[in-house]
Amino acid sequence: MPFYEMLDSQNAVRDCYAEVQSWVERTGIAGLNRRLEEAEAIFRRIGITFAVYGEGGDPERLIPFDLLPRIFTAREWRVLDRGIRQRTRALNAFLHDVYHRGEIIRAGIIPGEIIYGNSAYLPEMAGFSPPGKVYSHIVGIDIVRTGPDRFEVLEDNCRTPSGVSYMLENREIMTRMFPDLFGQGIVAPVDDYPAELLKSLKEVAPPACKTDPVVVVLTPGSLNSAYYEHSFLADLMGVELVEPMDLFVEDGRVWMKTTGGPTAVDVIYRRIDDEYLDPLAFNPASLLGIPGIFNVYRNGGVTLCSAPGAGIADDKAVYTYVPEMIRFYLGEQPVLSNIQTWQCAKPDECAYVLEHLHELVAKEVHGSGGYGMLIGPKSTREEVAAYADRIRANPSEFIAQPTLDLSTVPTLGPASVVERHADFRPYCLVGKQLRLVPGGLTRVALTEGSLVVNSSQGGGVKDTWVLQD
Amino acid sequence: MLSRTAENLYWMARYMERAESTARLLTMGQRMAILPGAHHRDEWRSVVRATGCEENFPPDAHVRETDVVAYLMLDPENPSSIRSCLARARANGKSARTMLTQDMWEALNEGWRKLDSYDVAEARQQLPGLIDWVKTRAMTFRGAADSGQLRNEGHDFLRVGAALERAQMTLRLLDVKYYVLLPETEVIGGNRDHYQWTSVLHALSGSRAYHHVYGGAYTPWQITDFIMLNRLFPRSVAYCYDQLAYRLNRLAGWHDNRGQSQDSIKAMVEGLESVDSGEIFRRGLHETVQNGIAHTDRLANEIAQDYHFG
Repeated sequence: MPFYEMLDSQNAVRDCYAEVQSWVERTGIAGLNRRLEEAEAIFRRIGITFAVYGEGGDPERLIPFDLLPRIFTAREWRVLDRGIRQRTRALNAFLHDVYHRGEIIRAGIIPGEIIYGNSAYLPEMAGFSPPGKVYSHIVGIDIVRTGPDRFEVLEDNCRTPSGVSYMLENREIMTRMFPDLFGQGIVAPVDDYPAELLKSLKEVAPPACKTDPVVVVLTPGSLNSAYYEHSFLADLMGVELVEPMDLFVEDGRVWMKTTGGPTAVDVIYRRIDDEYLDPLAFNPASLLGIPGIFNVYRNGGVTLCSAPGAGIADDKAVYTYVPEMIRFYLGEQPVLSNIQTWQCAKPDECAYVLEHLHELVAKEVHGSGGYGMLIGPKSTREEVAAYADRIRANPSEFIAQPTLDLSTVPTLGPASVVERHADFRPYCLVGKQLRLVPGGLTRVALTEGSLVVNSSQGGGVKDTWVLQD
Repeated sequence: MLSRTAENLYWMARYMERAESTARLLTMGQRMAILPGAHHRDEWRSVVRATGCEENFPPDAHVRETDVVAYLMLDPENPSSIRSCLARARANGKSARTMLTQDMWEALNEGWRKLDSYDVAEARQQLPGLIDWVKTRAMTFRGAADSGQLRNEGHDFLRVGAALERAQMTLRLLDVKYYVLLPETEVIGGNRDHYQWTSVLHALSGSRAYHHVYGGAYTPWQITDFIMLNRLFPRSVAYCYDQLAYRLNRLAGWHDNRGQSQDSIKAMVEGLESVDSGEIFRRGLHETVQNGIAHTDRLANEIAQDYHFG
């Protein structure tokens, strides 16, 4: 039985959900469903449409919104907060290390070929230290809950994690529609996220910047599935939203074309991938990109957030080693555990996987979006056997994990409150210091029993509350 | 501000203005087409000429209402169709999203796909309703910009785009219908010309205003004065030029720098100030209108250059 976050072990409503429970009873299911329609109309009108986590699909699609908040107590949040910050520090320390001396490899903790042979590793970054030694300025950590006191990390996102606009808009809609729920001030606010983001970005201004740093958000353009989020963040920070064609390189600086002539840019929060950043340094076939920007970056003329090459830290093969990184760089025990992962590249682990395949989830190392994976308990004997053959043929391409008992959260159904599986993504900011607003994005599977929270497969989002003491 | 954003705002306003003007032209076409003897005159051709799309219709055949509605209202391939204008205005608005108020965005975003589902037969059947709907969209958008947008540089670019587009549409309408205003046709007289004039005024939503200014009579001089020179009438060429001068001067103030466009609009305003309608007729109405079209086209290029568009 999965842990249902609304109830305790005696099946009584937990204290933290008492207020929501009484609100549901007061309003009634039919009443809540009417309010849900209102909420969706507001979302549609203000144009909050986009795919979270880069799932693609119709860029103007609306993501289903669930009215019932997901709640963490202050005590639970203290654990999450510590664990998220710890992981964030370790990931940045790791990035600095692998682009310098590679101590963690010399110490024999991570095999060198996983790093240096990885396409996410950018040799062009070797020996260069970005301002403040920060590589990943916004770290989004995907977390699942598997028990009352058990949180596990599904994956890390060190490049440009998306979805934070949902965190802000979900809260905005909830406070606008149900001000009474927030009246007692027990829910920690999240609305200073944009201000915190701007502070963090200004703190990593490049050496060439001598005044108040000019920060911009760089978007591929209005056809991008997360464009709404790009413009939303630029708007709330009060900075320009630029496209690659708005920028050019001259005299060792990056400039944006304005109606008053060129203006120097200091910090670029870029929401485009490494390979489209600079056709001179990376993909020469790219029509996007600002020629010469990488050279300016390496010479301290501009700061790119996140740093090119930061993707090596959220690679699936590297994920397994994050607990080791925490011990190695910080000398601490990991607060959040990893999901146990067997690497088929290692003969003894591969043997275990082949023996227990019917009870495991097996994945391709480079796969994503649920393709090319095997869910052992839900597969036929023939399917398992066929998958086992694939693993034997090419073991290093596969990993396996136990099937997770994901927690469920209360969700509004047509006739009653129902239990649905959910995950959680907080956003940790890194400048001269770490900043973490108490909250994040909760994605919820809207189909009964489904473990898939992706919006492309019927997943929705909901407000996430962190209660204050 | 970013040049691209300025350009987005400028084009967003132009497209909204164009959608509205085209809707008004369709009304004019309908009114004229029901006048006696209309099919001898090919009234719908003047509508497509006023939108600058005549080359898309065969020169020797009669232009039919159904083709005009299909092309000017619904055709997604025609960049000036109302459907395209609404979509392009929205696309420009989306790219400059941070410069728009919530209300402006909602005005652009609401129902922008409405026309996608119409076929010609349906659109013709509901034409008056659809035209009203388009006008309401444009007016809601303008109202939202007027009542909520910061009076910064971005607002000036928006108003420059709107004034320029409107000046061009008024000039093109005059270009198409100038012959109705030539004094010789007055000799022919009769109801037809009377209706033609009211239809033109109607397309500019100025028929009531005209009467308030000039009393009951229609004369070519007064109509020309009204459409070209009257600085109180918000669709007259002179009014649009005044707006352009005001907005371009504000832009010069923001940047503390005057460009070619400021000099040009100054000359254009002074050019109209120095003439009355009698003088316009002496010089030739058609020539004056054609010059106006050339000047506004040039001004558009100069604005793009001065502010580093594209």
